[in-house]
Amino acid sequence: MSFQVILSQLASGMLLTISIFVLTLLFSMPLGFFVAFGRMANNKVIRFLTQLYISVMRGTPLMLQLMVVYFFPWYLFHISLGSFWRFPAIILGFTINYAAYFAEIYRSGIEAIPKGQYEAAKLLGYTKAQTFLRIILPQVIKIILPAVTNEVITLVKDTSLAYTLSCIEMFSVAKQIAAAETSMLPFAVAALFYYLFNLLVSLGMNRLEKKMSYY
Amino acid sequence: MNYLEMNHVRKSFGDLEVLKDISLTVQQGEVISIIGPSGSGKSTLLRCATLLETMDEGTLSYLGQAAVTMEQGHSVYAKPAELDAIKQCFGLVFQSFHLFPHYSVLKNLIDAPIHVQKRPKEEATQEAMELLEQMGLADKANAYPHQLSGGQQQRVAIARALARKPEVLFFDEPTSALDPELTGEVLKVIKQLAEANMTMIIVTHEMEFARKVSDRILFMDKGYVVLEGTPETVFQSDNERMREFLGKLQKE
Ligand SMILES: Nc1ncnc2c1ncn2[C@@H]1O[C@H](COP(=O)(O)OP(=O)(O)OP(=O)(O)O)[C@@H](O)[C@H]1O
Ligand SMILES: [Mg+2]
Repeated sequence: MSFQVILSQLASGMLLTISIFVLTLLFSMPLGFFVAFGRMANNKVIRFLTQLYISVMRGTPLMLQLMVVYFFPWYLFHISLGSFWRFPAIILGFTINYAAYFAEIYRSGIEAIPKGQYEAAKLLGYTKAQTFLRIILPQVIKIILPAVTNEVITLVKDTSLAYTLSCIEMFSVAKQIAAAETSMLPFAVAALFYYLFNLLVSLGMNRLEKKMSYY
Repeated sequence: MNYLEMNHVRKSFGDLEVLKDISLTVQQGEVISIIGPSGSGKSTLLRCATLLETMDEGTLSYLGQAAVTMEQGHSVYAKPAELDAIKQCFGLVFQSFHLFPHYSVLKNLIDAPIHVQKRPKEEATQEAMELLEQMGLADKANAYPHQLSGGQQQRVAIARALARKPEVLFFDEPTSALDPELTGEVLKVIKQLAEANMTMIIVTHEMEFARKVSDRILFMDKGYVVLEGTPETVFQSDNERMREFLGKLQKE
């Protein structure tokens, strides 16, 4: 089987891989902010609950979390959502896992901003929302960019875990072809795909970091 | 009308009583210096006056508008909307500047006037440029704070506070973070403001400067105002604590 044929067979899997990647970032990055605020909340109960959530998400395997998300409608409510539920379950599983990691990154960034910045903003009359959006957030983004890059790169590779729920993303396709053809070539192509994907991610993030280095 | 009026202010941090019955009245155009040993409560007093800290007892008002009143022996703060209006009356210059590092010098000056005070951008920019001119920083409008010396950063911070057109300006040790050779340029700017009749309350360790620029000096120690008066009376006072404080400064 030629490189080109393998590539065309992997293409559908790649599309799924990219969808998981994009949708997970799209949901988990904003969600992470809410989790981070919960983690820093004045209310003890909220703080405890978010802390518990974060520690469970970081302390158990993502693979297991995906299965729990996929099977919980059945175990809890005896509803069978069938294969319709598979893709949403994957996105949900990835999102709640990555939101926990992003939340901790955001928190470290927010806590790195000196108290004086808040006080200066308060004296100049900025509202709380303005202070966060105009003064704090831009500085936080610069601080957390390297850590976020790491997380995004990990996500590219983690997408292959979707196979746990029999989702035929790219790596699953590669395995099927490899088994059928008794060839290592599909794996090599898959590796190349992940590598190039991550190269693109790194280049993009590097450019962003450069853009933020004006101060 | 009193530009600033504080009466019987008390403030504790836990068991530590930092301000013990402080009263201070400032008229238009007055320059007041607050001096005193470390830990005497000078910063806490400024932070209470600028609403960064809440006081336990006492009252506070600016230009006749009450920010804090006393009810049943405790301080009661005005409604947030009223406090927002009162906040427009004053500005504070910090010891360590606290400029916004991601904004250019010009944007540090015009951002609050545009987005808080909702003033037209052209007007705010023009006024900001005039302020920078006055501070001798006209050529730094597009620089970022990290590209400036400490003295330049502090002058930008002063300009940023002035850009909102406050009636009263507070300084908390504006030159303490600066090398001696940069102190002069900041003090010169403050002196210019005094000559232009700006109402100012300055916490400082620069005794010579305080003597020259102030209409009145407050000497604080252990949470009390121990002495208050013209520079001559305060510096020539034979108050024991004052003499001890000046003696220590000279030894340094
Ligand atoms: N947020 C706080 N929590 C607890 N204690 C505080 C707090 N802020 C100040 N203090 C204490 O209050 C006392 C007065 O502090 P303050 O900063 O007002 O003194 P200061 O006169 O400005 O001294 P310095 O000349 O060193 O700046 C000190 O003992 C200080 O430790
Ligand atoms: Mg102080």
